[in-house]
Amino acid sequence: MKSAALGVSVLLILAILLVIIGNIAIHGAKQVTWEFISQPPRDGLMAGGILPAIVGTAALVMLMSIVAVPLGVATAIYLHEYTPAGGSWIATIMRSAVANLAGVPSIVFGLFGLGFFINFIGRNIDRATQPPGEVLWGQGSLLWAACTLALLTLPTVIVATEEALRTVPQDLREASLALGATQWETIRRVVLPGSLPGILTGAILGISRGAGEVAPILFTGAAYYLPFLPGDVTDQFMHLGYHVLILSTQSPDVEATKPLLYGTVFVLLALTFLLNLAGVVIRTRTRSRLAR
Amino acid sequence: MRHFDREIEHLKQLLLRMGAMVEDAINESIRALLERDTDAAQRVLDSDNAIDQMELEIDQHTITLIAMMQPAAVDLRFVAAAMKITPELERVADLAVDVCERAIELNREPPLKPLLDIPRLARIAQDMVRQSLDAFVRRDAALAREVIARDDEVDLLTEQSFRELLTYMLEDSRNISRAIRLTFIGKYFERMADGATNICEMVVYLAEGKVIKHQHESD
Amino acid sequence: MIDVRNFNFFYGEHQVLHGINLEIPDRQVTALIGPSGCGKSTFLRSINRMNDIIPGTRGEGLIAINGENVYAPSVDVVSLRRRVGMVFQKSNPFPKSIYENVAYGLRIGGMTDKRRIDATVERSLRRAAIWDEVKDRLNSSALALSGGQQQRLCIARALAVDPDILLMDEPASALDPIATQKIEELVYELKSNYTIVIVTHNMQQAARVSDRTAFFMLGKLVEYDVTKTIFMTPKEKLTEDYITGRFG
Repeated sequence: MKSAALGVSVLLILAILLVIIGNIAIHGAKQVTWEFISQPPRDGLMAGGILPAIVGTAALVMLMSIVAVPLGVATAIYLHEYTPAGGSWIATIMRSAVANLAGVPSIVFGLFGLGFFINFIGRNIDRATQPPGEVLWGQGSLLWAACTLALLTLPTVIVATEEALRTVPQDLREASLALGATQWETIRRVVLPGSLPGILTGAILGISRGAGEVAPILFTGAAYYLPFLPGDVTDQFMHLGYHVLILSTQSPDVEATKPLLYGTVFVLLALTFLLNLAGVVIRTRTRSRLAR
Repeated sequence: MRHFDREIEHLKQLLLRMGAMVEDAINESIRALLERDTDAAQRVLDSDNAIDQMELEIDQHTITLIAMMQPAAVDLRFVAAAMKITPELERVADLAVDVCERAIELNREPPLKPLLDIPRLARIAQDMVRQSLDAFVRRDAALAREVIARDDEVDLLTEQSFRELLTYMLEDSRNISRAIRLTFIGKYFERMADGATNICEMVVYLAEGKVIKHQHESD
Repeated sequence: MIDVRNFNFFYGEHQVLHGINLEIPDRQVTALIGPSGCGKSTFLRSINRMNDIIPGTRGEGLIAINGENVYAPSVDVVSLRRRVGMVFQKSNPFPKSIYENVAYGLRIGGMTDKRRIDATVERSLRRAAIWDEVKDRLNSSALALSGGQQQRLCIARALAVDPDILLMDEPASALDPIATQKIEELVYELKSNYTIVIVTHNMQQAARVSDRTAFFMLGKLVEYDVTKTIFMTPKEKLTEDYITGRFG
């Protein structure tokens, strides 16, 4: 009885997933032409391609990774390697902070980014470096959006990295220390190489989550429409997820933009899927290498 | 070579050294008797202490070996054989001392008669002791069995020598003390041969793991 | 010589070693035996201060190597551990090549000359009696070796940094009898160049390989003497009961 109910619910979920993905794939795939991915939008977003959104998303994700991965990995190393197990109060506070961060709704991150990065940090940089009245840093931009997204991604990277560090046997740390290595040498030469695939997997999963988020970038730099590609970290940018939102809510003729919408969703989904796939591939390759 | 093998080898060397000392003692005792050499007899008496010390040393070594190395199978049989062979050798040496003591007493008087059976007996006993040690070193069960087979010959010669000496005693009562001493000497050599037989029984045990003592082998 | 005077050790408030006194001579094998939890491993790991990595631990008293107290504040733990090598219960080669495992200690020690590293790797592997088995596959993974080979590789790795003292924490307890015997032979060979302290729960092993034996119980050193004496005529009733298996 129980297992029957379980089977039904599993089938149901699979069916829903299949319908959604199938729907998007069928309608979206045929929209993806060379023109679609190589041209900017035209005619008030009613025609043309999504090139600026693709480039903007890619730039955002890249910048975000540069911020989030080193910070997350460093935090995880501190938490796992330098604080005694269950001992220090700093670690306890940091761990609960990380856990809480993961539970914060993404729109709150967007508001935080606006308040902290743009209005506080950006404005102050402007005040110090720009002529009066000029605004360069104190507005939405690729950089601040990336920083905001990085905050969102951080818990995933930290937790995944800690998990990866935990898979390195204590024996190996002891072996290294017993040979007269310092703790940092041990981390650099034994712990990190041993946990690198796990860290990469975690980072990619975190990034792929960040890539699809729209809420945090709403107020921090995503643009409605830009005819040009972003050239600097202070530029605003278009974003695939945001573009989907715009197409589906702001278009004068929603029915007419439907094909474009499908195409954009398809590209976004494909991008996320590829990132996840990379994570899975790296993980299985690590597993098989460890099993050998 | 295993560290343990070196210990076993060392034990074997100790046993061989003791064997050589015992062979010397037998040899000297025969000379003391046949050549009426009281000095040689005295040397055997003096050397007995060294042989006794050797026995203690080997005992100590075998016990240590068991405690430290926990020998098994052929190694265990070797150590066990060594423990049983050592007292046999020591007893043979004591018998050589006994021969010498009787020889010293005999040398104070004129010879009773030309010795015939006893020298043969002595040589055979000496031979058996030497061969039993050879068999032990080579773990040669076939040789050991040959040695054991010679024990009957020894028994025969002892009996024969005793009968002859008995006629001397019956002939003239002044012969009795010398004849009894010679009878004893015959008995001593016979018991040396028994010692060699016991050693050989241990060799068969060592080589084949088979106990032939107190049993009638049908081969 | 390792000179231990009134050494106490604590896990937090819990005292696990009580007033240990013993002198471990150079170029000999000293075995530490005793029931599980008697403190023998803790004592071993106190000698190269491997216990330091466990938070809340504290050593008190004196452990002096050639007259220098390893618990003195001025002691550099890193250089101490280069002089006092360690081999663990479970073989723990790095997931690297055989060559890189042995070269590890040299590289962190700052050796860069390829030829010197090559020579030291070979010498260490030879000393650990594993050279002939691995010389044709130095660049293959150490994890592909058998358990016994891995343990000998770990010994080679420890020897590469040229320590004076080698601490071994039940080095053969996870190995089959043949591999165990090879390790024991190796220990016997190595003692001509190294001072070896070996923890073992296998009394026969202690008897076979060691020159001196220390019997620990409940965090105290019960008896310490020449191995022959411990195994043939122990002075303490406790020791006798333990080594004859008449415990409790």
